[in-house]
Amino acid sequence: MEYFIQQLINGLTLGSIYGLIAIGYTMVYGIIGMINFAHGDIFMLGAFVAMIVFLILVAMFTTVHVVFFLLVMMIVAMLTTSLWNWTIERTAYRPLRGSFRLAPLITAIGMSIFISNFVQVTQGPRNKPIPPMINSVYDVAGISISLKQIVIAVVTIVLLAIFWYIVNKTPLGRAQRACEQDRKMAALLGVDVDKTISITFIMGAALAAVAGTLFLMYYGVVAFSDGFVPGVKAFTAAVLGGIGSLPGAVLGGLLIGTIESLWSAYFSIDYKDVAAFSILAIVLIFLPSGLMGRPEVEKV
Amino acid sequence: MATTHSTAAAATTSAQPNVIADALKEAFYAGLIALGLFVLIIGLKTDQNIHNELIVVQRWSLLFVVVAIVTVGRFAFSAFVWPEVERRRAIGKKAAVASEPGFIKRNINWIGVIALFLFPAFVIWTSGVQGSLKWIDNFGIQVLIYVMLAWGLNIVIGLAGLLDLGYVAFYAVGAYTYALLGTHYGLSFWILLPAAGAMAALWGILLGFPVLRLRGDYLAIVTLAFGEIIRLVLINWREVTNGSAGISGIPKVTFFGIFDFDVSSPFYIGKVFDLPTSGVYYKIFLYYLILILALITAFVTVRLRRMPVGRAWEALREDEIACRSLGINTTNTKLTAFAIGAMFGGFAGSFFAARQGFINPESFVFLQSAIILAIVVLGGMGSLVGIAIAALVMIGGMEALREMQFLKLAFGPNFTPELYRMLLFGMAMVVVMVWKPRGFVGSREPTAFLKSSKSVSGSFTREGHG
Repeated sequence: MEYFIQQLINGLTLGSIYGLIAIGYTMVYGIIGMINFAHGDIFMLGAFVAMIVFLILVAMFTTVHVVFFLLVMMIVAMLTTSLWNWTIERTAYRPLRGSFRLAPLITAIGMSIFISNFVQVTQGPRNKPIPPMINSVYDVAGISISLKQIVIAVVTIVLLAIFWYIVNKTPLGRAQRACEQDRKMAALLGVDVDKTISITFIMGAALAAVAGTLFLMYYGVVAFSDGFVPGVKAFTAAVLGGIGSLPGAVLGGLLIGTIESLWSAYFSIDYKDVAAFSILAIVLIFLPSGLMGRPEVEKV
Repeated sequence: MATTHSTAAAATTSAQPNVIADALKEAFYAGLIALGLFVLIIGLKTDQNIHNELIVVQRWSLLFVVVAIVTVGRFAFSAFVWPEVERRRAIGKKAAVASEPGFIKRNINWIGVIALFLFPAFVIWTSGVQGSLKWIDNFGIQVLIYVMLAWGLNIVIGLAGLLDLGYVAFYAVGAYTYALLGTHYGLSFWILLPAAGAMAALWGILLGFPVLRLRGDYLAIVTLAFGEIIRLVLINWREVTNGSAGISGIPKVTFFGIFDFDVSSPFYIGKVFDLPTSGVYYKIFLYYLILILALITAFVTVRLRRMPVGRAWEALREDEIACRSLGINTTNTKLTAFAIGAMFGGFAGSFFAARQGFINPESFVFLQSAIILAIVVLGGMGSLVGIAIAALVMIGGMEALREMQFLKLAFGPNFTPELYRMLLFGMAMVVVMVWKPRGFVGSREPTAFLKSSKSVSGSFTREGHG
């Protein structure tokens, strides 16, 4: 039982990171109906920027002030990835809006290859390990919970609260929801659609950057190829939760993280990615609208 | 930035003040954005020191060069290239006289095929027997494998409009079929080639069946998942596939059992024909083998396009709902597209295994699917000649990049052009998609349409939207 709860906690931690990435997928899909394949690489880029900022901070301060460091890493990573995603949207995706349906997906795959190889060329192909930032581990009734996991949980909850507020209570969120329902009608009613889409990309990138920072803090290592698999898993999470639904993305992320963790613990660690990919295929085939999504109506 | 402003003041007196001033403004912003994008990633590099700790190395000069290139490039584009394009477009609209295609244009296919058949002779003539090995093997065979794969994928994407991101799985199935049966049971390539094709086609149907209901990008993602699952199984099912270590000692292809290319065998080509021992015969033989396999793919594609099933594929690509309402069995249509596309992938896979003599799952990663997809897209989905040209430019260009020693002189001795190939690949995918969404030689018009049709042609409609 303790083992099970331990694995559950590990899974939920992992799931929070997937959930944060999944929000970026689900929002972009909801608003322009495209799978932003490069989103996983934006996450990887966020982790890289956080790593570089961490090294600079260590060089500047010699001792590690955890909260301050994490805040600076997150903010710089968020700014950088936001700028990247904004630029990508402007140059690579916007010209293709209204082109044939698969064009943006193909561009996004190209962008994904470009970003990961760009990081490889500029930063080198090796794994980048950093010294552990937080070491404390607490023992609660035979279950060990590390401070890292608590930090991840707190950051995720705070961010989701802010995010929920923005989407549900502000004019910007209203514009986003309007664009999601009907882009043409929203434009007619005075919503600046292009701007709203840009902001959606920026918000998705910022959350991915936070996920990247947390990933770096949790595992203490990042490589240029780390964007693909977490990206696919986060996309699975978004689909599982019902693409377009924000609570669904978080729920899906937590589920995927838990399933992955329990699968590795009880069945086979080798096949954990097979489990994730199988879930993706099964959900898309049998439950395309996900757990919390609306069924898609085919318009002729 | 001070120079930017002073030239801005000077430019206002020139002939087109607005264009230049706007271009300067855009260049300034582009430079600023580039600075923001690259300041941490290019300006600083993380390296491991002797204690295996990460340290940050500063590279501000490189950052400056990159930002300057972006700024100047943007300025040149806005000030000179774009107005010129606009002007040409305005002229081009007026003088659109359809000219009779010349001799070369009319017979481009035959000229291409003859050139391909003469290629080995030409290479041996220019660079000698030993020098030709590199060109025939690394260049010719490599490009032709991708041409064949892209033509196979073209059936699925270009003709039937089903975006398949897991195509490399069928390539893997073909390769492993030949490698496993060839090494364990010693069966000949000529028996296993059709077997590999059949096996891949079977997998095409098996994987195609569950995804029949899916469309567009959902279909793409599920095929990606299937492709990855097959690769992960190949890695982890060690008892059969030997895991990441792969399978080695895969038998060579024989010339239909008449003679072979194994030096120790009694039927070695050198012994049969009294020729000196050389590796070049096998390479030339493989070159013609893959050339013929690729041409068969092209021939089948061309013929199928004229058959009911080919017409149904194209109808399916243009509008699935209309297609179904006209009584076309979309299930069978999709499954045949998957199966035939997969079959050619399987043929190419078994050829790949025979040529390499060693395979492991590393050859069948998603990136391979993306490369094949990129070739199909860049070539203009549906156009065979376009795809062949795209494969030549992309794969041949990448192989040629390796040969360009003068780049080392320009960028220093540590410059490795291979590192940049995927970077360029990704960039080319984006640029071509944005600039010409129909590819270089895009010809996606349906092969059959009413002569007097006034409706919108297929290339203007959005897939799945009618």
